[in-house]
Amino acid sequence: MSNRIDVRKTYKLYIGGAFPRSESGRSYEVLDPKGRFLANASLASRKDARDAVVAARKAFGGWSGRTSYNRAQVVYRIAEVLESRRAQLEQELRDSEGVSASKARDYVDLAVDRLVWYAGWADKLTQVVGNANPVAGPFFNLSTPEPSGVIAVIAPKGPLLGLVSVLAPVIVTGNTAVVVASEEHPLPAITLAEIMATADVPGGVVNILTGTRAELAPGLAAHMDVNGIDLTGIDDPALALSLEQAAADNLKRVRRPAAEDLLATPSLSRMTAFLETKTVWHPIGV
Amino acid sequence: MSASPTITPGVTSGPGSDFSDVTGSDAALRRFLHGLPGVDQVGAEARAAALGTRSIKTTAKEFAIDLAIRMVDLTTLEGADTAGKVRALAAKAMLPDPADQTCPSTAAVCVYPDLVAVAKQTLGESGVHVAAVATAFPSGRAALDIKLADTRDAVEAGADEIDMVIDRGAFLSGHYRQVYDEIVAVREACGSAHLKVIFETGELQTYDNVRRASWLAMMAGAHFIKTSTGKVQPAATLPVTLVMLEAVRDFREATGRMVGVKPAGGIRTSKDAIKYLVMVNEVAGPDWLDPDWFRFGASTLLNDLLMQRTKMTTGRYSGPDYFTLD
Repeated sequence: MSNRIDVRKTYKLYIGGAFPRSESGRSYEVLDPKGRFLANASLASRKDARDAVVAARKAFGGWSGRTSYNRAQVVYRIAEVLESRRAQLEQELRDSEGVSASKARDYVDLAVDRLVWYAGWADKLTQVVGNANPVAGPFFNLSTPEPSGVIAVIAPKGPLLGLVSVLAPVIVTGNTAVVVASEEHPLPAITLAEIMATADVPGGVVNILTGTRAELAPGLAAHMDVNGIDLTGIDDPALALSLEQAAADNLKRVRRPAAEDLLATPSLSRMTAFLETKTVWHPIGV
Repeated sequence: MSASPTITPGVTSGPGSDFSDVTGSDAALRRFLHGLPGVDQVGAEARAAALGTRSIKTTAKEFAIDLAIRMVDLTTLEGADTAGKVRALAAKAMLPDPADQTCPSTAAVCVYPDLVAVAKQTLGESGVHVAAVATAFPSGRAALDIKLADTRDAVEAGADEIDMVIDRGAFLSGHYRQVYDEIVAVREACGSAHLKVIFETGELQTYDNVRRASWLAMMAGAHFIKTSTGKVQPAATLPVTLVMLEAVRDFREATGRMVGVKPAGGIRTSKDAIKYLVMVNEVAGPDWLDPDWFRFGASTLLNDLLMQRTKMTTGRYSGPDYFTLD
């Protein structure tokens, strides 16, 4: 019998590339499906959400200004590092969700594949949703998709695949994200944050908060410096409605919660939801 | 727990005391300034850090934000300044938040002397002052007659306040009398305009020097003592401002005359501003919690104060998209 004392990990937030505790100092107990204690996670406050928005805004210029090819490389790198840490994530999925070993393996496979799939779209999306418009005059008329800015993402319950499926499409197009991780299973989200911190994702591009949706989502929906909100993880229709109303004040782009099969190949809609189209007229021959 | 004792040797207490005995010669001035108690560096920094941890919320925060807005010297000191930019800044100083008429105006607009007339024309009788930096700002490296001409120009153009820089070279070489005489001369050239004396504390190296410079400027008749030009890092810091606030407090105790303090440069967030206000109240006293006695030299700070103010009134966080870029 060993006398060694356990070294337990503190799960913290991910804001601006750093891992701070909640400024409120609060935490909450994360339990496994059988109700046993797993770990303490930080219980983020509205102030943390605000700090995360500031960090995301600061990172937006640099991230959106990178070439789409470079953003693809960074997202692909997340997939690479995730693959190399799959054993840890599989174990975390089994602990937190109680899924079988083979199921956990499938989820990690799918999460890696999804990152690779979205990474591939980074420098191809413009060709698909942009256009050279024919106009009645001697002009080039080009419509190109541009990132919206800071996007708040309320992640669905699925701790890893769900998070990757909503996060990758937001950042790959050049937006920066403030994510409210799954309230029930926050631990894999923080592990994913550690992966991103070591995968060349610039600080502030992705910010992950763990805490309650009901506390964090209203502040983000009403925040005037947030340009879009993805409500996928909101399962209470009344809350979803009030968030949409709050989001209307600065004309945020809103993606409503809807039933979705995360195991299937996604459509482009998660990327196009947070893009805006810029059209440029340029005289021909000048 | 104060970082220094209030007792100042060599100063006869009571209102109206003059300093002719200590300012008569370089040697006497040095004896006095070097006789000031040294600043406990660790103590001053710890005290400043401790005061920065106070939690200011709800109504106290509302009060602090409005007070901080009223204390802002909205500043633009760039080589690229144009008359148009100064007009825009002056308009913003009068009505910082066009969406909310209850928002107070700032204390002053701070510009280079050649743009004083433009600022004055826009501000008119609004009550917002025009402050001009003079005396070969920011380096202060010019002959005295040029510095005085610079000052007179600004005053004639309508400046209500003059921000002068001290000759740091002379100060650091111990030529205190030269620095003193220069401040006295500029004060005369100011006429009825108020004089703020900039130390550029980032170049003074030690807190002891900041304390000496504070006393030197106050004895020479400064209305305000100011930390920095904003062109040198580090600019205003909490401990430096703490030392200066102690100096004005002690100076009033010794002479009965009140001198204002203006930290400038590097104060960008409402939280920073509130930390300064807490320190003013705790170190100098509530008498200094007034735009006549405490100012912030800042440009980006105002937008953050306005965003916080909007958050307090509307309940939703605002963003930089809704305020002017300046």
